[in-house]
Amino acid sequence: MSKMPKWADIVLIPLINLMLAFALSALVILAIGEDPVEALILMVKGSFGSTYGWGYTLYYTTNFVFTGLAVAVAFHAALFNIGGEGQAQLGGLGVALICLYLPWPHWSLALLGAMLGAAAFGAAWAAIPAWLQAKRGSHVVITTIMFNFIAAALLNYVLVNLLRPPRAQDPSSAKFPEVTHLPTLHDILSPLGISFSKSAPANITLFLAIAACFGVWLLIWRTRFGYQLRAFGKSEPAAIYAGISPTRIIMITMLISGGLAGLMAVNNVMGEAEKLVLNATEGAGFIGIAVALMGRSHPFGVALAALLFGFLYQGGAELALWTDIPREMIVVIQALVILFTGALDNMLRMPLERVFLALRSEGK
Amino acid sequence: MDYATLLQVADSTVRLSVPLLLACLAGLYSERAGIFDIGLEGKMLMAAFTSAALAAVSGSVWIGLLAGIASSMLLAGLHGLASITFRGNQLISGVAINFLASGLTVVIAQAWFEQGGRTPSLQGAARFEPITLPLAETLQGVPVFGPLYAELISGQTALAYVGFAMVPLTWWLLFRTRFGLRLRAVGEAPEAVDTAGVSVIRMRFAAVAIAGVLCGLAGAYLATALQAGFVREMTAGRGFIALAALIFAKWRPWYALSATLLFGLLQAVALRFQNIDIGTFTVPVQFMDALPYILTVVILAGFVGKAIPPRAGGEPYVKER
Repeated sequence: MSKMPKWADIVLIPLINLMLAFALSALVILAIGEDPVEALILMVKGSFGSTYGWGYTLYYTTNFVFTGLAVAVAFHAALFNIGGEGQAQLGGLGVALICLYLPWPHWSLALLGAMLGAAAFGAAWAAIPAWLQAKRGSHVVITTIMFNFIAAALLNYVLVNLLRPPRAQDPSSAKFPEVTHLPTLHDILSPLGISFSKSAPANITLFLAIAACFGVWLLIWRTRFGYQLRAFGKSEPAAIYAGISPTRIIMITMLISGGLAGLMAVNNVMGEAEKLVLNATEGAGFIGIAVALMGRSHPFGVALAALLFGFLYQGGAELALWTDIPREMIVVIQALVILFTGALDNMLRMPLERVFLALRSEGK
Repeated sequence: MDYATLLQVADSTVRLSVPLLLACLAGLYSERAGIFDIGLEGKMLMAAFTSAALAAVSGSVWIGLLAGIASSMLLAGLHGLASITFRGNQLISGVAINFLASGLTVVIAQAWFEQGGRTPSLQGAARFEPITLPLAETLQGVPVFGPLYAELISGQTALAYVGFAMVPLTWWLLFRTRFGLRLRAVGEAPEAVDTAGVSVIRMRFAAVAIAGVLCGLAGAYLATALQAGFVREMTAGRGFIALAALIFAKWRPWYALSATLLFGLLQAVALRFQNIDIGTFTVPVQFMDALPYILTVVILAGFVGKAIPPRAGGEPYVKER
């Protein structure tokens, strides 16, 4: 018998933790001499008040769904993939190569190609840490951190020395050909008679992200491999006793995780920038950690948490535009969410469990 | 390359090694006691900001230093609270601390000084000045050793000397005292230490606090000795290079010194030469930047001697009942 009803575990605790994180953030905003209530109103208006705002919110959400799912899948196998950032950057490289050097007849085919490239490059970047964890016992956390830095250096080199068009100043690739440009929400919704902001970057990748959530749910709870993955995550010795190969689980899980992180690049590189720029991921890989923790590693939770962070990102940008609160405020909020929902989880859980046990014994 | 250039590179190596060394030793205490610390970067960054801010406001680098250490210890306390008291995930706690520092420093700096997330430039007594060791002038004329003494050994800042003194001190404390034995034991077999009647919780908090002090020194060195003031993200991944050095050193103090000197040298060379020509082939500067991380992965892979972390690392201790 569990100590707490299920609803408390998946709804109550994350909500209270979120409230704590927001309360502390409000205190920080107060401390720098701004009004937290006004800031909140501005953020909500800026991110949900117009289709332009929605377009940005959903664009960020799409990024965070992919990186959040990447972390969540690995979490189920008790692996902590901090390398989403590097894997997403490599995914961007895959997308850029596919879009720049292959002649595509139509954007839909280019999208398929780019998805393959993004996932393959992301997965490849996760493969080495995975192999090292499975075969050499080196901790995947440390190796994925190192691979983030190596990815940053590699992309810097590729952009400055190889992909930069001649005589260009910025370290970025050439613009992708017109045919590879993805339809935005404006293009998709206007035939249906719904007007949507033209300049917002949300695009068809949003639907890919929703499909990815569903796919991950199927994989983890409806397939034999998903069962093995969760069994391995719960107890490695038990999984081995049941004939599950740890090497196989670690490798496949990390490849899927890296592939999902890489897929983010379809959204930001192909869908938004339409060229590969330096530091294209802008920390989205790390947000995936907060999103996965917040969403309790369940795809539905991840989608909700990604929307929350999409709102924070777009709202934060609006704050930086209209008030003296700098953009970095979102990093603080993100840190507090990770702190409360991840590291300090037991702080709330221990007393709450006691409360529920007390209630239960009274009820008898 | 002539002797003067060589000395300059060596000097730059030493300067760049100091923050790595201090942070690496910080990680060493923490991880030897069984607490993984990937929040070195955040603690350094926080200390860099508070030390520069307080030094700028008060005009005294020593007040800045104390404030830097205090802020770093506050984050260390948070890490201890999360990972020791509440038995949370130490890695997640470290990640949170890194983000917290990354965001808070800029938010506070912007609200306080309104210079785009930096502190005012530090001058005079608000900075650590180089210390000229005795006889540096007189020995200048001695061939080879004279310039070496004057340029490299003399003329470093106080914190640099403290950093290098920490190496033998750490070795002595960890391997020659009762405290050190217990600290190492807590990281290998906490249940044994508990059975012997020593508080695992207290030992681990002590280790985390020492890590806080050392990260504070490292951050203060960055902002008030190496550079003159705080700029956003000024640690630039040094906390992670220190972590890499710690693995490279296999969690041992003297090896930590050589590992951080090596990584410092890589930074110094990358800084000075940018792209390096070796005959027909050019080593790009990005490769030099990535080299510490690549070397660490190679070491972790166990191809060049195996790096085995403390056995109880990363696991919260739960008393048996």
